[in-house]
Amino acid sequence: MIACHECDLLQREVPLPRGGIVRCRRCGAEQYRSHPHSFERMLAFTLGAIALFAMANAFPIVGLKLEGQVIETTLFHTVRTLYNEDMKSLAALVFATTILMPALELAAMAYLLVPLKLGRAPRHFALVFRALQAVGPWGMVEVLMLGVLVALVKLLHLATVVTGIALWALAALMLLYAAIAATFDPRELWARRSALT
Amino acid sequence: MSRASATAASLGLLVCHACGLLSRAAPHAHDAYCPRCGARVHWRKPNSISRTWALLIAAMVLYIPANVLPMMYTGSLFGFQSDTIMSGVVFFWKTGSWYLALIIFFASITVPMLKMIALVVLLVSVQRRSRWQPVQRTQLYRVVEFVGRWSMLDVYVVAVIVALVQLQALATITPGPGAIAFAGVVVLTMFAAMSFDPRLIWDPMGEEDGRAPA
Repeated sequence: MIACHECDLLQREVPLPRGGIVRCRRCGAEQYRSHPHSFERMLAFTLGAIALFAMANAFPIVGLKLEGQVIETTLFHTVRTLYNEDMKSLAALVFATTILMPALELAAMAYLLVPLKLGRAPRHFALVFRALQAVGPWGMVEVLMLGVLVALVKLLHLATVVTGIALWALAALMLLYAAIAATFDPRELWARRSALT
Repeated sequence: MSRASATAASLGLLVCHACGLLSRAAPHAHDAYCPRCGARVHWRKPNSISRTWALLIAAMVLYIPANVLPMMYTGSLFGFQSDTIMSGVVFFWKTGSWYLALIIFFASITVPMLKMIALVVLLVSVQRRSRWQPVQRTQLYRVVEFVGRWSMLDVYVVAVIVALVQLQALATITPGPGAIAFAGVVVLTMFAAMSFDPRLIWDPMGEEDGRAPA
């Protein structure tokens, strides 16, 4: 039996055809879905996202070209500027939602998925799983992406805008985050975990 | 249970929010932990209504400075200027980027306001134990949860602009107090939406015809 997390209705668990999705009979909330190879997909998207995340943080996002001089900023530099402007709370918020939380999310995913793939049970599985659930809503890479674009248009009248490598990495990362969210399958994770003990 | 609409709570079962496992509650237990993942499980989120009200009212109060105080100060050779959210929208509209004006207007002004109105509707209807349109109200809650994050847009815009323009002598741009208030609104409404328990919408449904909750 399962209970809907949005209306608490008890319902029987049914086996699903490939790509099927179970919704609550009463309120329509998604209960679970069956993705073919959901585990492998989660793993692939996570590893891809880690590479892109590293790029998005290592390279400059955008730059301004002015009198032959190019001024660029990275994500972390943005946070540091806010901090130096005496906007410490804002700096902390931007840091948390665009760097820390997305990093923790990817780290937790990899920590759960990679050992399971190798047939080992990661230590503190439950703790990391809960941390992953808690961190999820606070990673806002896709919003940041849109914010950078809006900022670019705003600056267009000041100077020539140069897009950096990190901007493209960020755009791809946004897609991978969406893919991770769509394939995230807690039932599969727990099934693999309990199969090991 | 004619329509087999038993809820987990009515049968003494608790559902874990983190991993989805159903577990049987110990009798008279107030807090319990999920036997599989160890997360705290509740019948309903604790003090859901009062917590949501508290966070929501705080967000409403902050919404005023967020819209009135400047998000950004711009100083250049040509003078000093302060921008609120609305003046940013007007700027984009006038310079022909009407689509950006719409995005910012939607993400920064409409979404927070609609979100707060929606939470008030949900809270009031739950407190009155209303049985009006539970499916739509649950959908409303889902939308509120989903769109909340997009209001961070303006905060990021300010952050990126400040970081880029700081680096040169062309102009100085500094973030204003409105940006902090605005970020506060977004974070508080996100917490408010998280502390609201949508199962409360459905609880009055089990009390049909004076029957015991079944």
